Amino acid sequence: MTINLTIFGQAISFAVFVLFCMKFVWPLITEVMRERQKVIAEGLEKANQAERQLEQSSDAAAEELQQAKLKGADLIAQADKRAKQIIEEAKEKAIEEGERLKAAAQAVIDQDVNRAREELRAQVGILAIKGAGRILETTVDIKVHQEMLDKMAAEL
Amino acid sequence: MASDTLTSSEYIKHHLTHLTYGRFPDGHWGFGGNAEEIEAMGFMAIHVDSMFWSISLGIFFLWLFRTVAKNATAGVPGNLQNFVEISVEFVDDNIRSVFGEQNNPLIAPLSLTILIWVFLMNLMDLVPVDWIPLLSGLMGIHYMKVVSTADPNVTMGMSISIFFLVLYYSIRVKGPIGFLKEISLHPIPIKAAIPLNMVLESVTLLSKPLSQGLRLFGNMYAGELIFILIALLPFYLQWTLALPWAIFHILIISLQAFVFMILTIVYITQAHKTEDH
Repeated sequence: MTINLTIFGQAISFAVFVLFCMKFVWPLITEVMRERQKVIAEGLEKANQAERQLEQSSDAAAEELQQAKLKGADLIAQADKRAKQIIEEAKEKAIEEGERLKAAAQAVIDQDVNRAREELRAQVGILAIKGAGRILETTVDIKVHQEMLDKMAAEL
Repeated sequence: MASDTLTSSEYIKHHLTHLTYGRFPDGHWGFGGNAEEIEAMGFMAIHVDSMFWSISLGIFFLWLFRTVAKNATAGVPGNLQNFVEISVEFVDDNIRSVFGEQNNPLIAPLSLTILIWVFLMNLMDLVPVDWIPLLSGLMGIHYMKVVSTADPNVTMGMSISIFFLVLYYSIRVKGPIGFLKEISLHPIPIKAAIPLNMVLESVTLLSKPLSQGLRLFGNMYAGELIFILIALLPFYLQWTLALPWAIFHILIISLQAFVFMILTIVYITQAHKTEDH
């Protein structure tokens, strides 16, 4: 084990290498590593954001769907109501129409009855006069007995 | 593998001798031809092989990381970029857990350089011990130690640099007075104990670079020595020991690089602590 000038040689080359490493090697490598760290951090941040966005939009979609369902149910209920209403209205109309038809028929019947009665009345008058003429064997003057005949007819 | 012309001890000695360029006792400079000549050079010599491998591997490390850093993308990283980023993140995590979030632009690149560079230098230990010396021998270079961290000059050169860095940060963070107070009123906070405190704290302070440098050196030197000893066996038996030792050594080289880095971080953290009672 001998100590000689080599110790200085080594010390000098050591200093030179360390300085070179400090100026031209270390900063470049750490810079790149920091940059990559930043890139990775940004990537992770973006992924998180995307996830959040996805969550938000799926929430929104679910809400939209819910609302659409409610709206659909509402529409169906409305349509149902309207249909019932229409049926009700149609029923009422039909009843009304029926009543009206019934009333008209009644009127026609009444009219017919009245006319028949009038006719009958007239016929009965004539028949009575003829019968009375035969009973009395004399002609009954229609003008003389008109008043009596009218009375009889009114009694029918 | 011992060649016929070498005895075992010569082989080992040859493997533990550095390629050395230095000043001969008569004043002229040149490569040492044998161990005795090299020893005679004393301090005024430089281990060319240690420096060559240490600088080459350092440049390889910086070239690799610089290439990756220049082409780095914040998108999906490639394999090499992944490896580089894992290293950087590993260093960063360790600094964060020990040093905290204080502002210091030097500690992170310092730790990264230590971790990768020391690891690469240690890794040369796994290249079979004879390959590179044989190649260099063919090229006319007779001594070649490839594991730079098995040279105490290399490890101490680094740990002493770190020691000065620790001194610098101690003084800068605490101020000269604060630093003096720390070494004079610690561990016994009374005035009468100042000389004793100074002795104790100086030992503490100086033991840090020594233990840091020698720990790495010791581990790598021992590992290399064992590989050399294994290489003395007949070639058909070598794998029975070399393989388990190499597998175990994978753990040691990574662990030692890590320990060297962690100690650096711990020492610099201690230099930043203003009150430690």
